[in-house]
Amino acid sequence: MATATVHRRRPWRPVLIRLGGALVALWLVATVAFGVLQLLPGDPAEAALGGPGSQASAEALQAAREQYGLDRALPVQYLAYLGRVLTGDLGTSYSHRAPVTEVMAPLIGPTLTLAVLALLCAWLLALGTAMVATGTSRLAARVASAVEIVASVLPGFWLASVLIIVFATHLGWFPPVSDATPRGLVLPVLSLAVPLAGYLSQTMREAMLTALDSPFALAARTRGETRGGLRVRHALRHGLVPGINLSGWSFGYLISGAVVIETVFARPGLGRSLVSAVTSRDVPLVLGVTLFAALGYVLVTMAADALTAAVDTRGAS
Amino acid sequence: MSAVPSLDAPDRRARRRRTPGSQAPGPLASQIGLWVLLACAAVLALAGLFPGLLAPGDPLAVDPAQAFQAPGWSHPFGTDESGRNVFTRVVHGAGPSLFIGVAATVLGVGLGAVLGLLTGLGRRWLDAAGSRLIDAMLAFPTLLLALLLIAVRGPGVAGVVVAVGLSSAPGYARLLRAEVRRVSRSGHVEAARMLGHSPLRIVVRHVLPGALGPLLAVATLGLGQAIVWSSALGYLGLGAPPPAPEWGAMLNAGRTYVTSAWWMTVFPGLAIVAVGVVATLLGRRLSAHLAGRSAGG
Repeated sequence: MATATVHRRRPWRPVLIRLGGALVALWLVATVAFGVLQLLPGDPAEAALGGPGSQASAEALQAAREQYGLDRALPVQYLAYLGRVLTGDLGTSYSHRAPVTEVMAPLIGPTLTLAVLALLCAWLLALGTAMVATGTSRLAARVASAVEIVASVLPGFWLASVLIIVFATHLGWFPPVSDATPRGLVLPVLSLAVPLAGYLSQTMREAMLTALDSPFALAARTRGETRGGLRVRHALRHGLVPGINLSGWSFGYLISGAVVIETVFARPGLGRSLVSAVTSRDVPLVLGVTLFAALGYVLVTMAADALTAAVDTRGAS
Repeated sequence: MSAVPSLDAPDRRARRRRTPGSQAPGPLASQIGLWVLLACAAVLALAGLFPGLLAPGDPLAVDPAQAFQAPGWSHPFGTDESGRNVFTRVVHGAGPSLFIGVAATVLGVGLGAVLGLLTGLGRRWLDAAGSRLIDAMLAFPTLLLALLLIAVRGPGVAGVVVAVGLSSAPGYARLLRAEVRRVSRSGHVEAARMLGHSPLRIVVRHVLPGALGPLLAVATLGLGQAIVWSSALGYLGLGAPPPAPEWGAMLNAGRTYVTSAWWMTVFPGLAIVAVGVVATLLGRRLSAHLAGRSAGG
């Protein structure tokens, strides 16, 4: 790596640059989200009082505008908003009549549980498929490769519906609605994990094949490593790198997927309340969920970069 | 796993990479595969452009007496809650569904190309600013961005196209930025610079042709994704309005009857999967072809 010498002399510099970049990205996200939501049709003061059907009086609307600061100039609202975000105050949800952080707090757990389990499941499926696809059996490799492609284009919500039809309606093994029990998690986790696994497996397989082609693989074989051992002890490590690199993207994919999957399985979580927040024009709640997702993306990406540096030793000299 | 190590393995791998054995069996089968793939793409295109040729019926024809019929001879995919023929609707749905996917991809690639070229070829500050913008756009999960935009524009086909297109743009931008930078550093561009060609000419004649190929291949792969995401929005009821034969909207209608009329959910979804698989395989062929090696999949 060309920058290796720079890194050694000033090791904190790339970290600071990355941190600065992440902060700028978050600021842009907050700005874009605020700007987009300003363009929403309808009167936010009316939305705060229960929507167009609420028949709110002019005085009540005025009071709501003052209460939520909607009567102030846009730049003032924007600056005030940024200031509040920095202090962890995401405003008051119109539809829940409670602080956004309080509304979101109990929903983060279920969504993260779903996402983390799906990520684990996807990694296991992807590694398994990639191992088979790089194996010595040509037939198994071709089947694995075909499964990968089909999995990666499966719409998660459709897979969820098919799983409900087969395993809930006909076989009755799992509940069609995701309850708090572990059994209720199986179908949502699978629906989220399978398409993601299809993607991860494709990149992992590529990286593993490249590793198996490289001189170090031959060197390991000359030292008496078996073919299977070569894949498990050497190629697998290389297969992990693209998977880790895609962590930020995977996070975004899982959050997007959770929006639909939580709706399909009527499972409480950030995604499902985001859908209802968008339809009821609950501006602060939509901003809160969006900021949370973006913050998660940035944090996961940074963690993935650090992890890549630890696993991928090619850059070290 | 052989107990006795033999040294043929890496050699075999090398051969496998040339005529990738793990995916493509050989030149002949690879050729046949290509023709099958092109035939599938042609059928999908035919369904999109001239659905009447494949399914002569009217996708909106209501027949309450025939509601919720299971798949059979007269209606291979069954009928929906108003007795409409699901097969006819799936075939006629190819047009709107493919249009949404293609339009979103074109929008995404166009926006991505502008951002990618600005960051890849622009001055350092422009690259820094543009890259932060791309980062910020990437931080929005696809569907969150789409939901925000649809909340502004209201539900409908145009909203879905803009939403899906915009959320795919940063990915294309990042790819094109990397490609443009890679090609700019290569020997023939350096040579053109030495020859004193103008920067504009170098970009148009030497940088773009090298960078557009990978973008095209990725855009073909992205088409499948665009169709999947737009169908997700249709499923949430934010796409085409109900009676329209569009796959996402059909899935939204089937949602209510998922336990009783499975065919209303299964067949439109299979169509989406078919398009996704064809787009993915075409994209892979294209990128393998551009990389100068044959590959199947």
